[in-house]
Amino acid sequence: MSADVQLQDVWIRFGDFVAARDVNIHIKDGEFFSFLGPSGCGKTTLLRAVSGFLSPSQGEVLIGGKNMSGIGPNKRPTALIFQNLALFPLMTVWENIAFALEVKGMSKAARRKRADELLDLIALPGQGDKMVNELSGGQKQRVAIARALAAEPDVLLLDEPLSALDLKLRQHMRTELRAIQERVGITFIYITHDQGEALTMSDNVAVMSQGVIEQVAGGNQIYDSPETAFVASFVGENNYFAGTVRELNNGLAVVDTPSGVLAARAVSRNDKEQLSVGDEAYVFIRPESLRFSQQQELDNVLSGVVERQEFEGNFWQVYLRVDGSARIVTLSMVNDGHSVGYEVGSRVQVGCGSDLAVALPQGPMAAE
Amino acid sequence: MTSDRVRQFFVLFFVLGFFLYLFGPLIIMGLTAFNSSAFPRVTPWECFTVEWFDVLANDSRLLEGLKNSFLIGFGVVLFAVPLGLAGALMLTQVKQRVRPWYYTIVISPILVPGVVLGISTLLFWDRIGVMFGASRDSIFYNGFFLTIIGQSTFIAAYTMLVFISRLQRFDSAQEEAALDLGATHVQAFRKILLPFLKPAIASAAVLAFLASFENYNTTVFTSISTSTLTTVLASKVRYGIDPSISALAVVIVVLTVFGAAIHEVLKRREQAEAEQAGMVAAGLIKEKKVQTKWFIDPAIICILLVFIAGLGTAFFAGTVGVGECKVLVKEQKQAETAKRIQALQERTAAKKAAAAEEAETQKQEKANRTGTENFNSIFDGDNLLPQASESDSATQPRTGTENFNGIFNGGNLQPGSEVENNEKSEDGARTGTENFNGIFSSGNLSPSTTE
Amino acid sequence: MFQFWSDYFRKNGLTLGLFLLLSVAIWMLVMIVLPQLYMLDFSFRANVPPPQWGTDSHVYTFEHYQYLIYGNVNSTDAFNYIDLGVFGRTILASVFVTLIDVCLCYPVAYYLAHVAKGGWGRLMVMSLIVPFWVNELLRAFSFKVMFGASGVVNNVLVGIGILDQPYDFIRENVALYSGLCYAYILLMIFPIYNAIESLDKNQIEAARDLGSPWWRIHWRIVIPHAKPGITSGCTMVFMLTAGALAAPQILGGPSSLWFTQLVYKWFNNSANWARGSAYALVLLIACIVFVLLMMRIFKVRLGEIAR
Repeated sequence: MSADVQLQDVWIRFGDFVAARDVNIHIKDGEFFSFLGPSGCGKTTLLRAVSGFLSPSQGEVLIGGKNMSGIGPNKRPTALIFQNLALFPLMTVWENIAFALEVKGMSKAARRKRADELLDLIALPGQGDKMVNELSGGQKQRVAIARALAAEPDVLLLDEPLSALDLKLRQHMRTELRAIQERVGITFIYITHDQGEALTMSDNVAVMSQGVIEQVAGGNQIYDSPETAFVASFVGENNYFAGTVRELNNGLAVVDTPSGVLAARAVSRNDKEQLSVGDEAYVFIRPESLRFSQQQELDNVLSGVVERQEFEGNFWQVYLRVDGSARIVTLSMVNDGHSVGYEVGSRVQVGCGSDLAVALPQGPMAAE
Repeated sequence: MTSDRVRQFFVLFFVLGFFLYLFGPLIIMGLTAFNSSAFPRVTPWECFTVEWFDVLANDSRLLEGLKNSFLIGFGVVLFAVPLGLAGALMLTQVKQRVRPWYYTIVISPILVPGVVLGISTLLFWDRIGVMFGASRDSIFYNGFFLTIIGQSTFIAAYTMLVFISRLQRFDSAQEEAALDLGATHVQAFRKILLPFLKPAIASAAVLAFLASFENYNTTVFTSISTSTLTTVLASKVRYGIDPSISALAVVIVVLTVFGAAIHEVLKRREQAEAEQAGMVAAGLIKEKKVQTKWFIDPAIICILLVFIAGLGTAFFAGTVGVGECKVLVKEQKQAETAKRIQALQERTAAKKAAAAEEAETQKQEKANRTGTENFNSIFDGDNLLPQASESDSATQPRTGTENFNGIFNGGNLQPGSEVENNEKSEDGARTGTENFNGIFSSGNLSPSTTE
Repeated sequence: MFQFWSDYFRKNGLTLGLFLLLSVAIWMLVMIVLPQLYMLDFSFRANVPPPQWGTDSHVYTFEHYQYLIYGNVNSTDAFNYIDLGVFGRTILASVFVTLIDVCLCYPVAYYLAHVAKGGWGRLMVMSLIVPFWVNELLRAFSFKVMFGASGVVNNVLVGIGILDQPYDFIRENVALYSGLCYAYILLMIFPIYNAIESLDKNQIEAARDLGSPWWRIHWRIVIPHAKPGITSGCTMVFMLTAGALAAPQILGGPSSLWFTQLVYKWFNNSANWARGSAYALVLLIACIVFVLLMMRIFKVRLGEIAR
């Protein structure tokens, strides 16, 4: 069983504080969907509204087309994996996993059998009689997933479940989560502030900021064509240049900036926010899109001085002081066995093609 | 460095002194339980005996009080523990703004004198009883009910504090997880929160029981005609004391030491297991091997010591003939008393001859015999022996004590003469509770003019 | 408001929600607030026999408070030196007992928390529980045994020749005051011990490393850290001492009365419940004033006192 989830005109207020503002999202059946945003943006609040721990001040949550208002968390076809997992420390592993079956009144033997099946699924066979505290972090993680799956939910909700793990394990669990999702085939709604997790695992990502959904799209779409200044600055590294739109043609904007004239693809969230001539705009260029312009002809050219270089193993990070911009511009270059080729303090020209630059209406940025 | 040494020495000395102050009175009281002297004292040591434990075991009033105290204690546990739990859970729910007010109200019974709680409970339920037109033998005038209510008022606050400190470590996400997995609220409470709170419930129950068991200030007002251990004890201690009270103290101390030691051992085992689990999880050790060096545990040593001491005492008591010893002491005393009487007679005769006038005035004072002066006079140098009027009682073995005892009995109990008129009705034979009951008797139903 | 209740029942469910609400309502209203308010009301009522309570003859009056102050319901000529004196002595002696207990307990608490180590240190702390659970009456009784005319103290003092005849400790209130100090000393030592124990030992070492003498370490580091514990201990000891009934009844000399004994007297011997309530209320107010004073002076919250 699996179900789709719809949030319709959802507002959530706590006193004067608005945690979610007019959220409209349709999460498709069987999808791996992520909410990505900085902490405090309201993503956990939305998840709690889906799981039923709080009711929206306004608007509706539909699961499988059924309106969920007035239905408590224990009656919803959802299961939540908590940020700290919230395993029951006084129960054994199998009792934890079989808890949902226990409250349904299933017999002990049947519960035990189902728990063992789930332990096989999460690759922890034979560990059912241990206490939860005897497990390692990654094992606990998997037990939490098994416990949620035992409830046979239509939708699995995950609230930053990997945040407590170390880097290696986190990367491993990403693949594992995705594999489990494909095996059980139910809708996963995943909350994270880690863009790596969101981009690698998800079919679709919703980027959130201050209670507002900024953009909903696939991972590469979010990265390559951010629709707001916030998304552009929050997802991945980005250089930006403020300026005024001089002309627009065929979706290409030409923007006057203090660092020079930059041509970029004009993108916007909706028609209302579309750029027009004379608008204030930001031009975003990713560090890996920039290259030294001596090598080839480029649409956009910036000149500046090399401030500092850092070697990061698989690539070089070059920091430039670009004319007309107070901010340091970064450029990353794949490490192909050669050095950057420019000394600190040398004057260089860098640039990129107009298809790799994005022009967006000005708006709030993600905090540095 | 030397001054540091000196200071350390002083601190150690101070700490030892403190512990002596703490345990000295209890130890001495404990020893008096084994002395055959009818007055609780260590010196002079007469005969080793356990007869006071027999006296204790046959004291029907005390046993009645003990039984009632047990019943009330259980009632308080059943009543105060849920109240405290509800109070603690409510604290996590009320809004931030209201919380300090709420907390102040529920915690206030701890800071209100027990006397006040007892009085207010008594008055309030009397009023409720009147409102419902209840009769005098209804629940509103029942000592058990009132005492349980009155004690629970503040004991619930104690238990609440126990629950609050345990709840602070509760991850409320666990309860949400249970709900999310389909449990009802009651199921989540029963299967998640209650097991987590189990140790706190146990210690709150023990705390509530002990607090109820030893409470006097509130109970003395709310118990009405019901006698409890403490009210019986109080009247016993006030109107004549004997070593069976010491024997009771010995029983209580031994039980407490046992309880505390067992509690400590259990706690330590729990800690060791938790550490073990953590180490297993961290992959430091493979197997679960609980290795507690229980035999060097000081707590265990103490339990053993107490136990051995108890056995030794019982054995000793069984083998040594108490009766023989008593006879011996009695004979000794009689001889001594006879000698002293003779000495007194000689001295009085000499004195009479020497200062007849002075003796005259002194005698007048003695004749006065107000409680306090009588009491004073026994310490006058010349009068260390019983007064002439009581000289026939002096032939009995126990001399000084009886006289001394007297000041706690009957008419001598009245405090200084200033307040004497207020205290007239307080006489040794009537216990507080009986007096108290009197208010409902017909004689008192007219407006009382106390002045 | 509606939102609050709907959230409340959503969070707790109906059964549990009602249980919590009902329990807390019974405790707060029926057991704490209403009885106190009723006692307040009752203390302003005339002393009439129980059947007339709540009827017209049960009039409001100040006479009980007036009696406490003037010793006479009708005239205000002379003060009631006896009762006021008892009140004053109770409060002063309670303060005195509290101070002594702080001075006794602080060094011991520090020693137990930071100097004594290992199993024996813990055993010492544990052993403190024993006198704590021995009944209050029995503790007072043990002092009566100690200080009686033929008690150990007198026998020892006479025996080694310091006194040539037994000293009347009971009459001179020595037994009473040392018994009162003893009675609640553990409510002083536990909060101070807990507070000092939570102090990071490195802080003391850092201060010593910076060349601070031992008394300054205590004055600047340990005592400020232990302040909530000390305040808590002082408040509890004061309240319990001022409200003590057993120890004064047992150890009080023939001419000294404790204020609680007056309350007891009005209730049990004089059958004047209204006056007893008035006296109890005065005691309660004194205690509240003391708590507020402590909170103000030491700048602590109530939550830190009652723990």
